[in-house]
Amino acid sequence: MTLVLEAAVLGILTGGVYALMASGLTLIFGVMRIINVGHGALVILGAYLSFVLWRNLNIDPFLSLVVTMPVMFMLGVILQVVFVRPLKTDREALSVLVTYALALGIEGLLGYVFSSNYVQITAWYDTASFPIGNFRITYVYVYGFLLCLAILGAIFLMLYRTTFGGAIRATMLNRTAAQLVGIDVDRVSAIAFGIGMATAAAGGVVFGITNTFNPGSHYDLISRLLTIIVLGGLGSLRGAIIAALVMLVIEDVTSVVISPVWASFVFFVILVAVLLLRPQGLFGVTVRDRV
Amino acid sequence: MKRLRDVRVLMGSGLVLLLGFALAFPAIAPDSASTNMAVFTMMFVGLATAWNIMGGYTGYISLGHAGFFGFGSYALGLVLAKLGVAGGYTPFLFVPVAGLLTALLAAAVGWFALRTRAATFVIVTIAFMFMLQLLAENLTSLTGGGAGLGFPVAPWRGDFYNIPFYYAMLALAVLGLAVSWAIRRSKFGLGLLAIRDDEDKALAVGVPAGAFKLTAFVVSAALVGMIGSVYGYYVIFIYPQFVVDPLIGISMVLMVFLGGLGTLGGPVLGALILEPAQLWLAYNYGASRLYLVLYSAVFLLVILLMPRGIIPSVRDLITRWRSGTGGSAAAPGAARKPPAPAAGTAP
Amino acid sequence: MSLLQVDHLSKRFGGVVAVDDCSLSVAEGGITGLIGPNGSGKTTIFNLITGFIAKDQGRITFKSQLIDGLGPDRVYARGIGRTFQLARIFPRLTALENLLVPVRRSGLRALFSRSDWGHEKSRAMEMLGFLEISHVAGQLGGSLSYGQRKLLELGAVMMADPELVLLDEPAGGVNPALLERIADRIRTLNARGTTFLIVEHNMSFVMNLCSEVIVLHRGRQIASGNPEAVRNDPAVLDAYLGA
Repeated sequence: MTLVLEAAVLGILTGGVYALMASGLTLIFGVMRIINVGHGALVILGAYLSFVLWRNLNIDPFLSLVVTMPVMFMLGVILQVVFVRPLKTDREALSVLVTYALALGIEGLLGYVFSSNYVQITAWYDTASFPIGNFRITYVYVYGFLLCLAILGAIFLMLYRTTFGGAIRATMLNRTAAQLVGIDVDRVSAIAFGIGMATAAAGGVVFGITNTFNPGSHYDLISRLLTIIVLGGLGSLRGAIIAALVMLVIEDVTSVVISPVWASFVFFVILVAVLLLRPQGLFGVTVRDRV
Repeated sequence: MKRLRDVRVLMGSGLVLLLGFALAFPAIAPDSASTNMAVFTMMFVGLATAWNIMGGYTGYISLGHAGFFGFGSYALGLVLAKLGVAGGYTPFLFVPVAGLLTALLAAAVGWFALRTRAATFVIVTIAFMFMLQLLAENLTSLTGGGAGLGFPVAPWRGDFYNIPFYYAMLALAVLGLAVSWAIRRSKFGLGLLAIRDDEDKALAVGVPAGAFKLTAFVVSAALVGMIGSVYGYYVIFIYPQFVVDPLIGISMVLMVFLGGLGTLGGPVLGALILEPAQLWLAYNYGASRLYLVLYSAVFLLVILLMPRGIIPSVRDLITRWRSGTGGSAAAPGAARKPPAPAAGTAP
Repeated sequence: MSLLQVDHLSKRFGGVVAVDDCSLSVAEGGITGLIGPNGSGKTTIFNLITGFIAKDQGRITFKSQLIDGLGPDRVYARGIGRTFQLARIFPRLTALENLLVPVRRSGLRALFSRSDWGHEKSRAMEMLGFLEISHVAGQLGGSLSYGQRKLLELGAVMMADPELVLLDEPAGGVNPALLERIADRIRTLNARGTTFLIVEHNMSFVMNLCSEVIVLHRGRQIASGNPEAVRNDPAVLDAYLGA
């Protein structure tokens, strides 16, 4: 029983990371209506950036975010402007191809620079743990979770308390209407993409500390992230966060109760189950455009 | 009117020439390097054509077709193993069986996946592909897991080895094209195109969108499954991550987009251009990771420079040129050939 | 004997009650207008009848058979066609192809065979001629003018000879000359046996064309009868001027 509890707690903690990454992904979808299948690769890129800073300059991974987040933000803006904005027709389909191409390019570049050996970011405190009841929780997971909470909190604050956040939400609700009231949707899109990238950087750090990774890790990651945002309802931040937590808890518990091998499979089984009942996901809006 | 008949005759004879060339290819370039390239190129001609039946005609983009490719592979491998079939020509006879099994899987997956629209559909197909990969890796008693699954070894020697596989791929590609063409000319095909343009409107005029989409999906998947099965036999040993390979899945999509989504010849053109290029890149840069970077660059260039694909862009160019020089009475970019149920059959 | 019978239909969207215990009936053979102030539920009723949205409560009967819960394609197969407020056609298909898409009630076999093509094609050309847009047969739907689209949309709906056609604001965005042409086509089709139910805001269009008018307000019927009677009905005047 303790094992299950421990797994559940772990699930919540890791769920936080996935929640952060997934919210960036769903935000991008909400604003631009594109599926960024390169999100996983960008998380890995963030992980490698922090890895380099840690390995070569001995900068604490969490501290490295001060550098990597702004850098990734700008990268995100540039990518959006160069590769996504020019797409006029068949936007949704083409953006999938474009972002996939970007993912491949990033994977190739990372592989070229770092080779395909698995690496992991370590911090001096990463094996330190503290006891709760009958089991122990490693500090690193908690720090990661707190970081995710902080960033998600900041995002929500921004979305609901600032004018710009209002502009983002307006664009998510109705792009044309937003344009009609004078919102520069192109700028909003670029910045939203940048924010998505910044969350990827943060997610990358925590992911990189708690997992071994190599350039090819983005496949597994993106398949989970996509599943999460579909489950939560495309474009719904709340949905992404809740779905991430639920999925990860179930996965970790399954890993303990049944086997680690089938834990990943459970992920998709849940997706199937939910979509059967609610094709729009937990918090999605039914998208049937009718007159 | 006469001009258009001329165009049709031209296209028709072009096709015949192309087919003749394809049939004679192994005689023209019999060395195994060339025939190997031919096998893979023809494989992608078939894959792209098959994918186009779903993605091009209905507009529902499936990024999980690699799952059907892999499934077809495993299906044939397991059937051959169970029945103890030896290498040679006999395994080819079981390819339709793999196709049928893939069709059944696609019916189940499609029924579920098509309840969703557009963006969610794409993701569900991706999820399906990863699920299949996971299953292949973990159902070790069935699939051999990471150790792979073996096919009977064909007894052909030397340069001849590739030839039967080439013709098998060619046959499947031709089958795919024939099916694609037949669909295009039929009311069913018109219904698919209507669904692509405006699914709700199609429903409003009686098009049974659900049944139509599922049929297109199953047909598309069955073809891909059969091609995958021949591939498995060709490479003799298959592993989960190499046969349920997202790169194969995305390549077929890219080829269709390059050639022209929804056209008949677009997928063929896209495959003929990209696969040899891909093979060349892999040969020269495959060892280093730069292969992926270059491939990605090609990918991006294609999409950003020619988002509509070659054939539609060329068509537009021709129409504009024609109306510019006072050719046929066509409104710029608007007119097509005179009414025919076979909407735009010429590739 | 009413062709279409709607009984106690209700539909709400979240907090908004779009259709509130609405009952109406459409007699066979006539042209009936469905009018009411904005927000009275007219288009929602169309969507409910044609299966685009599911009802909360109530019954919809067509030719004495319940059609609740049928999807739009099945409703069309039963004999009810509809047009949309903003004329919808298939932009990437030619005008002729647009008319070849509609599926007649002849079952699955007809969909795959090509034996009927010649016959269907000539019917389609006939329809284009009837609508006086034969000259655009080969043009892509997306390049047609709005008026041509409206006519094409009407033609497409008629291709399967539906018994009842729901027109959603056929006069919307149309110039007077074309308007008369549309009215004329509707009269001709009606004479040939098609029943029409028309949602419209253009009062003169409704008064000239319709033999019977039903008035909705806040999701329920408040009056019905011939145009003259309805026009002078105090409840109707109240609804339009008051609220």
